[in-house]
Amino acid sequence: MLRWFPALTLVLFLGPVAAGLVGTWAPAFGYLPSLGGSGFSLDPWRQLLAEPGLGKSLALSLGTGFAATLISLAIVLGFLASCHGRRPVVLVRKLLAPLLAVPHVAVAIGFAFLASPSGWAARLVSPWLTGWDRPPDIATAPDPLGIALVCGLVLKEVPFLLLITLGALGQAPVDRTLAIARSLGYGPATAWAKTVLPLVWPQIRLPVFAVLAFSLSVVDMALVLAPGTPPPLAPRILRWFNDPELGRHFLAAAGASLQFLLVAGSIAVLYGGERLAARLGRRWIAAGGRGRSGRASRRAGMGAMLLVFAIGLAGILGMAIWSLARRWRWPDALPSAWTGDNWMRQAGALAWPGWTTVTVAVAAALIAIALVLGCLENEQRNGVTPGSRVLWLIYAPLLAPQIGFLFGVQVLFISAGLDGSWVALVWGHLLFVLPYVFLALADPWRRLDERYARTARCLGAAPDRVFWRIKLPMLLRPVLFALAVGFAVSVGEYLPTVFAGGGRFATLTTEAVSLASGGDRRVIGVYSFLQALLPWIGFMLAIGVPAWFYRQRRGMKVFAA
Amino acid sequence: MTMRWIAGLAAAFVLALTLPAGAQEKLDWQEVRNKAHGQEVFWNAWGGDERINAYIAWVGTRVKAEYGVTLRHVKLSDTAEAVRKVLAEKTAGRNEGGTVDLIWINGENFKAMKDQGLLFGPFAEQLPNFRYVDVENKPTTRLDFTVPTDGLEAPWGMAKLNFVYDSATLANPPRGIPAILAHAKANPGRVAYPAPPDFIGTTFLKQALYELVADPAVLQQPPGDNFDAVTGPLWAWLDELTPHLWRSGKIYPKNGPALIQMLDDGEVDFAISFYPAEASSAIASGKLPETARTFVLDRGTIGNTHFVAIPYNANASEGAMVVADFLMSPEAQARKENPEYWGDNTVLAMGKLDDAGRKLFDELPRGAATLAPEELGLTLPEPHPGWMTRIEKTWLSRYGS
Amino acid sequence: MGTSDGALRLRGVTVSLDGQPLIAGLSLDVAPGEVATVMGPSGSGKSTLLSWICGSVDPAFAIEGRIELDGHDITGTVPEARRVGILFQDDLLFPHLSVGENLAFGIPRGVGREERRKRVADALAEAELPGFEDRDPATLSGGQRARIALMRTLLAEPKALLLDEPFSKLDAALRDRVRRFVFDHATERGLPTLLVTHDPDDAAAADGPVLEIGEGGEVEARAAGEGPPVVRKAGTI
Repeated sequence: MLRWFPALTLVLFLGPVAAGLVGTWAPAFGYLPSLGGSGFSLDPWRQLLAEPGLGKSLALSLGTGFAATLISLAIVLGFLASCHGRRPVVLVRKLLAPLLAVPHVAVAIGFAFLASPSGWAARLVSPWLTGWDRPPDIATAPDPLGIALVCGLVLKEVPFLLLITLGALGQAPVDRTLAIARSLGYGPATAWAKTVLPLVWPQIRLPVFAVLAFSLSVVDMALVLAPGTPPPLAPRILRWFNDPELGRHFLAAAGASLQFLLVAGSIAVLYGGERLAARLGRRWIAAGGRGRSGRASRRAGMGAMLLVFAIGLAGILGMAIWSLARRWRWPDALPSAWTGDNWMRQAGALAWPGWTTVTVAVAAALIAIALVLGCLENEQRNGVTPGSRVLWLIYAPLLAPQIGFLFGVQVLFISAGLDGSWVALVWGHLLFVLPYVFLALADPWRRLDERYARTARCLGAAPDRVFWRIKLPMLLRPVLFALAVGFAVSVGEYLPTVFAGGGRFATLTTEAVSLASGGDRRVIGVYSFLQALLPWIGFMLAIGVPAWFYRQRRGMKVFAA
Repeated sequence: MTMRWIAGLAAAFVLALTLPAGAQEKLDWQEVRNKAHGQEVFWNAWGGDERINAYIAWVGTRVKAEYGVTLRHVKLSDTAEAVRKVLAEKTAGRNEGGTVDLIWINGENFKAMKDQGLLFGPFAEQLPNFRYVDVENKPTTRLDFTVPTDGLEAPWGMAKLNFVYDSATLANPPRGIPAILAHAKANPGRVAYPAPPDFIGTTFLKQALYELVADPAVLQQPPGDNFDAVTGPLWAWLDELTPHLWRSGKIYPKNGPALIQMLDDGEVDFAISFYPAEASSAIASGKLPETARTFVLDRGTIGNTHFVAIPYNANASEGAMVVADFLMSPEAQARKENPEYWGDNTVLAMGKLDDAGRKLFDELPRGAATLAPEELGLTLPEPHPGWMTRIEKTWLSRYGS
Repeated sequence: MGTSDGALRLRGVTVSLDGQPLIAGLSLDVAPGEVATVMGPSGSGKSTLLSWICGSVDPAFAIEGRIELDGHDITGTVPEARRVGILFQDDLLFPHLSVGENLAFGIPRGVGREERRKRVADALAEAELPGFEDRDPATLSGGQRARIALMRTLLAEPKALLLDEPFSKLDAALRDRVRRFVFDHATERGLPTLLVTHDPDDAAAADGPVLEIGEGGEVEARAAGEGPPVVRKAGTI
């Protein structure tokens, strides 16, 4: 039974991705019998290339995607290199979970509230400092170049990369390595870059690729922060998919396939860049430069990181304040009249999407955790040691652009008669929840001292009893943490909800996206703050429940995630 | 046996010819209500305005209590999405159990669905509350953008383009299309309109076309070879206006409510709305200052009726009819006209209502920012939907990419 | 099949990793109540030997040979059915369970509640920790934890005991006392005991046969007590 778990997991999870790619590429070459496309044709690609402003859309996607990835990576590495072992790292570690938990859309909305010309930032300094008695007519969020989108992505990707890198650092002999390098006369940041970075890079490379893939093809954040005339490629594809002229479907499929090629090509470029950097880096390391004391770089590294956290958290705070505002006119720094009415009035409207959000997220996270536990347990019981290739498989849904295969997934669901059903929705979310749950749980699970299990078995406990009585309770905290991660990922999913839900299901995320396009900031504040709040509650429970449960067990603190 | 069957068919055929359209089979309302009970109705409706969403949520609680119908508001950013869904289902052969039960619709989307046989019905004129509809004085309740409704959609509200400004900061709002251009030139960055295909955006363009075209009568016919000649002045006007728009026309607001927010922030001098009581409603909910007021254009503004329709493959057509009927009830119509909730004018005729019904409307607050009916000016009929479709396309290629 | 005399017998055991032999041709008899010692440098495969005997060896190791316990061949038996108890360097008390629950975990299933409670109490009394049922194991001293770990193993009613350097982490003063406690209990219950260590003091205290694993995997055995080492290659004792 247990032996089937890896196969079952792969089928459940890679099956739709593969079928989705086929279901997207076939119409891109003219094949979609239900719409009358029965033969091979290059027309969809011709149509695509003839779209006005396609070049602009592509440039916007590429520019924002690469900029967001490289800036995020630079901020994370710069910060860790310059501040290793210092107090800011401890502080940032503590603030990491709340920022990590916030869904992309909420981050985007928070940033737009903050950075638009009439946003909170401008209000705080106007008119006394800026002299603006009206919001200036400058395009900031959104702006024509996509800078706001890059900022939004950076706010969201920095915490993710930071989490991954901190995790990788925890598994490498960092302190000893650094001590040796320092004793050889290297400055702190230089020592980190020359000795620690090469140690941890293999573990953060895939996540960096995933960040690039995501940034190149993000839809929900782009709908809030990117310019609309024309939008980047991914939201534009969504527009084509939704076009009432069904013939545009072929064009959309070709666009989705182009998006896939764009991501694949970009990953290849980044891979090449990594190779080049490694070669140059080796020469740089061998050259023996010791670097400076690093005070200036420390300031820069710390400043950039703290700025990211400050903006991210201020955005969320801004949403919370808007949700409680009755009147908040430019250029008041705070609302002139407060009210709880926004929440009260939305209570009825929130019930259905809120319920869908929670039930789908709980179901997807529970299924994911069951599958992941089954795989990990199988790995330990049957001595299967997964190679690094399996990790690529796990990352597949994160590396392939969502819009590049979700349409095909929808076709799959329709032919299975599942479209627009709750099952399809949960399944669609599972594709993206599972990798994160796996990444969150695999390390703590594998790190558990296997002698506990051996001891238990020698005490006469069968493997199942060892699993339920020893491993699961001992790893309760990482298991709940992984569950909370899965819950948070599901809460934030936009495209899978749109495609798998067939429009019959609304979640807080889809509601927030549709409201964010215009509407009342106070109501947007309610939706996006609630959307951020749900994952927080999840994480708080994941940390609080085991802490309360094991409050009498000092030894369990070691097993904190 | 066969003979009797043929005779029956012939009789039915004769009967169908003699009866007025839409009454071929009499709707058994009690049976509809029975079937509707317990149904889940997925209403695909534009979801960009929080007040309208709240109104729809209220409808949901009322039909739940009254008829046992569970209403789900599927919020769209463009009604075309729902049209596409039904069309995709038809293409895939899903002729029953469709995912859309009710659509908030009018204009080119209605025409598209009607032309392609995607609508259920006729049903609208057999709904019990249709008898209150003011079909005599509000002909657009049966003529949607020049297209006859044929009972395939039920009228829901009367919209009329109007403009909202803050009287504290703007003394003389521009009351004409040329005046708007002059205002933008004198106040760069202070004028904006939502990007088509948002309906406020497209209606603003049609409004401009009305005032710029030599003979507005051509707009009542479908566009043909004359499209370039007729719309030429519109593009010339837009070319001149665009550099002076908000964000120099590089970024556009997404919809009407976004414009209201921008007006409140002081980013633009006026917002555009379809609901005559928008300004009062926005004041009531704290979205605009007390000094907000409404203005219309001197040569009249476009008015239309918006409807609800049921797709041919709806899963819960009975539940959808019950909702459509409730939407035409005096209770629902009066609440809709109330600026505290929405501020959209009724489709009903006061003269057809009983005293209790009329009282509901008499007691409505008018709101200081709402123009009296006589101040609302001339109502221009919607052009044929073909104009809208082609204007949208041309706009997208000229300014949207 | 051998006789049911309670002894632990290893026959022709070869442990290799990636084709490299770590232990070559080890055979050993441990009589009930006897403590045999296996000594060798780290990486010599001695801990692997113990994992193999209790049935939970890493599949990366290739192992040949046979294990007999009390006259039964247990080589292919699942760990929980072998009735072989093991103690490690660390006490490995389950941190999420109380002291009493840790002990109760060892008691075979099918024993009634009242009886379980009594056995736990008796074991605590034997470990000179009466009334410690509800204590958090993390609050105990190293010596106390070691004693609880042994009692937990004994409550599972093993037929043999394996000791994987269980005293190496205790400080010198404590080490001797704990060692005495463990050996006395093993002897008292007549358990054949196999100790793995690199501390000669452990071997001396065990007072049983000693095997030393050399560089090439050859096994050098000494009889109980004193006397010069006698090298026997791949043979029997």
